[in-house]
Amino acid sequence: MRIVIIDDSGLRATVLEEGLRDAGYDDIHIVPPRGAFVARLERMAPDVVLMDLGSPSRDTLEEMLTVSRALARPIAMFVDQSDDSMIGAAIDAGVSAYVVDGLRKERVKPVLELAVRRFNAFSKIQAELDEARTALSDRKVIDRAKSILIAQRNLTEQEAYALLRSSAMNQGRKIVEVAQALITASDLLGGGI
Amino acid sequence: MTTNLKIAFLPLNDAAVLVAARERGFAEEEGLSLDLVRTTSWATLRDRLVFGQVDAAHMLAPLAIAVTLGLSQQPAALAAPYKLGVNGNMLVMATGFAKALEPDAVARLADPLGTAHDFAAAIGLWRRKPVIGVVHRFSSHAIMLRYWLASAGVDPDKDVVLRVLPPSLTVEAMRAGEIDGFIAGEPWGSAAVEAGLAEAVAIGERIWQRGVEKVLAFRESWLEENPDTTDRLLRALARAAAWCDDPAHHAALADLLADRHYVDQPADLIQRALVGQIVACAGEPPIASSDFMLFSREATPFPWRSQALWIYSQLVRWNMVEQDAGIATRAGAVFRPDIYRRAFADSDVPMPGASMKVEGALGTPLTVGSRRGGLTLGPDRFFDGRVFDPERIGEYLSGFAR
Repeated sequence: MRIVIIDDSGLRATVLEEGLRDAGYDDIHIVPPRGAFVARLERMAPDVVLMDLGSPSRDTLEEMLTVSRALARPIAMFVDQSDDSMIGAAIDAGVSAYVVDGLRKERVKPVLELAVRRFNAFSKIQAELDEARTALSDRKVIDRAKSILIAQRNLTEQEAYALLRSSAMNQGRKIVEVAQALITASDLLGGGI
Repeated sequence: MTTNLKIAFLPLNDAAVLVAARERGFAEEEGLSLDLVRTTSWATLRDRLVFGQVDAAHMLAPLAIAVTLGLSQQPAALAAPYKLGVNGNMLVMATGFAKALEPDAVARLADPLGTAHDFAAAIGLWRRKPVIGVVHRFSSHAIMLRYWLASAGVDPDKDVVLRVLPPSLTVEAMRAGEIDGFIAGEPWGSAAVEAGLAEAVAIGERIWQRGVEKVLAFRESWLEENPDTTDRLLRALARAAAWCDDPAHHAALADLLADRHYVDQPADLIQRALVGQIVACAGEPPIASSDFMLFSREATPFPWRSQALWIYSQLVRWNMVEQDAGIATRAGAVFRPDIYRRAFADSDVPMPGASMKVEGALGTPLTVGSRRGGLTLGPDRFFDGRVFDPERIGEYLSGFAR
């Protein structure tokens, strides 16, 4: 079974491809939805096309599925229209799958289930990355606030941090919010750090 | 008690009524809380509606009909009791292509028939078969473009390439040279003009003076199970639409839409279409087009069955569906004036007496029978002067060469 993954995000496609290979599928191709991707897809003659539901290129792909003479007529997204929970899970996970006509649903269902699991795993990784990125930028803000305090109030680094922390606790706010407020105020007052 | 509703939309100016209903408190007054779900493709908007992930959607009118007729993936009975707007589309072409057309943009836009013939001549001069972006096979844009091209003897399936891409990718595709022009809802045409990539070639309002655009589409079953919520939503939207139409609010509306959760484009680009001041070529003064898009006046939201049937006639014309009385009836029944009448039964919203009319017959504004009196319909002519009688679809279609 030839599976084509249309995806812009290198990471999501890799996460999905790995899962499919582990499950024994080996005819897998990744095509980014840019330029003449439709022509590439036609040449590949896939049995299953997997795509992120949030991709703006879905309309282009569907139009190709409608008019292409090169492809055996692929049918709709979900294999088994009666399986509401599967469809719900796929939409929630952001998976859309187009399956060539005539492929038995028992053969496709495991692929779709795997795609749902992998898309969910990817969302989790994505969320963790975002969190890590936020944590990193939070640390930068706090460091800058600390250096303002060190320079202007002659505090040590520990004292500066303790001051930010106690202000945050007194005001019921996050340390990073207090730090940000301090930086803003310092910028406004021309504190110059 | 507040009822929560999820409504999917695409980033376009004509999502305005939904955005205003949420942001200006009109929904809240009716005890509704709207969760507007931004979506970037019509396919995903359709799937969210069909598979019940949202309660309603800001949908291309032809797509609602196509889904109901089983022409676009999973068939589902959809129902449209409310039109979210009329007009608002613009065809733009690469500046190089536009060189072969009437150079005076005011004259070019004012004479769609002449421009269509100039366009036909320009096709042969272009370095390839022109590739024109349309937002969807089942869009008012594609239907209008086909209608306009065919008037000058251009076969839209043979003489040009129609490439489907969502509105938000049009400008990028122009820049990459993947398309030579596109027709889309605003602000995307204006964005391409402003980037110096394209010039306006035709505007929807000059092709069909009152062209059906987006509808608020529901699953028919949901609509039937939730009459009270539906009525409250329609009333909230009617008040939001009146607010959107008021010139005094256009600047505030443009600011609302510019937000990154909605259209995410500069407010001044968005505002051009709202106030009807269209810049056809970068750096030129705007051209006044006071009916560029309508939300409320002239009973704009009323879902005339004849308009659904006109869309059906065009799908037949381009071989997308069979000509068949039963199919026509199903297509017409997607528009639900009965629900509209029920929702506004006790209000002062002007209500047309009929549910069908002859489309394209009004050259000047006309005061018509209305239960509340005082309903004036605007001119609704097609640029080629044809008139669509919904009782005589076959006759109408045989009048076209194709």
